[in-house]
Amino acid sequence: MQTLRVERKIGRQSVLLEKDVMLLSSATVAGPKESLGPLSADFDRSYKDNIIKEKSFEKAECHMLEEACYLALGKARLSPEDIDFFIAGDLLNQIVTATFCARKLAIPYLGIYGACSTLSEGLSLGAMLVEGGFAKHILVGTSSHNCSAERQFRYPTEYGYQKPGYSQWTATGAGAVVLGTNGQGPRVESITVGKIVDAGVKDPFALGVAMAAAAADTIYNHFLDLERDPTYYNIILTGDLGGIGKKLNEDILAGKGYDIQPNYTDCGVLLYYPHQKVDAGASGCAASALVFLGHFYRKMMAKELRKALLVATGALHSPTTVLQQESIPCIAHAVSLEI
Amino acid sequence: MDRNWINNWQRLKHPKPPLIKNIIYAFIFGGLICTFGQLILNIYISLGVPQQEAGNPTVATVIFIAASLTAAGVFDDIASIAGAGIAVPVTGFANSVTSMAIEFRREGLVTGTGSKMFALAGSVIVFGVVTAFVVGLISALI
Repeated sequence: MQTLRVERKIGRQSVLLEKDVMLLSSATVAGPKESLGPLSADFDRSYKDNIIKEKSFEKAECHMLEEACYLALGKARLSPEDIDFFIAGDLLNQIVTATFCARKLAIPYLGIYGACSTLSEGLSLGAMLVEGGFAKHILVGTSSHNCSAERQFRYPTEYGYQKPGYSQWTATGAGAVVLGTNGQGPRVESITVGKIVDAGVKDPFALGVAMAAAAADTIYNHFLDLERDPTYYNIILTGDLGGIGKKLNEDILAGKGYDIQPNYTDCGVLLYYPHQKVDAGASGCAASALVFLGHFYRKMMAKELRKALLVATGALHSPTTVLQQESIPCIAHAVSLEI
Repeated sequence: MDRNWINNWQRLKHPKPPLIKNIIYAFIFGGLICTFGQLILNIYISLGVPQQEAGNPTVATVIFIAASLTAAGVFDDIASIAGAGIAVPVTGFANSVTSMAIEFRREGLVTGTGSKMFALAGSVIVFGVVTAFVVGLISALI
């Protein structure tokens, strides 16, 4: 019997890719609040209202994801038939946005749920499939919508209540990216798959803190597995920790001997202006999708940044588990990109 | 990661809700709403409604205004400042019912609006009735 050789697995949680699996194209579609933020120029399409002439917020979210997928395909000069697998996920129950989008695209579909970590989870799985020779082109997509997420996770959109001041604003928008081996773009160099980390946080408004523990754990293990330190990267980018979670992440890693502060930032901090009343910043799948696939992808293509570590973070609770007083399990996946 | 370390960090560095500010705003807004209610009550009395019966149309009027503000999409903006000042009076109750009714309209009149309408306000009714029963019982016994 032949023993299984796992040559590309490095350390406990990471894999190192040998082939040039590249992000061939990316596309972003942004909602109204996001289009008024500091990164508005980086989005491919911006909408001025939340419902974009659809009958429900869920349909509007699906519309945005479909649009992002077609835009990304168009930029890569590919049609849905050229894509081997479509990997997508979102925040809604039964990941309906991704599934309904896949219904339209008619590409063999793998639905994933990683909450706000969906982008890096999708990139990781997609890159490994291409690396393994199972696919030539992969489309990865994710989306979130403030109103559809609010009604599912919190309260109806018009319900009046006071947020505690440290909560985050679920971003509205969608992003899609095409992975492949023939073309130009940042290549997926290595991946660190995160473990579930539970910091014992029970407050569903304090997600930044809950997710920071997961982000710090994944970044720490990434450095450990690949024998790197923060200076290896031009930028380390967490998904949606917001201002408070970002600070906690820095503090945890500083306690472990890694000073990430000089080249570290968070998508949740970058998406909005402070005066947009978003408290601690952005959250949701769209936060990392819009900021990374919109802003930083362009910077990498322009070779302003050569090495980036994307660590999208997700809080994997449900409204039911929160009401049942369970603490919030979180995850973060790191994807190292180089150009 | 050490949970205690994170708990400690949260206690030291995590921002707290602005309690004093919230209490002051709640006091001011709550007071304004009650004064406004009194004004409406006085108008009904001046229109000839007997003083003992003027309460019901007053409450209905305030509910109507709160529901309209919810439908217009401004109630949540006011409530984010006013907090308990607008949530505790009947305005908060009206908002919770109306916002649910609007939110779940897409799921149908019966299965959406009708069944979800009191999902938030239901506990107010249940515990309001229970409290009224207990207090009624006590007052009957004394």
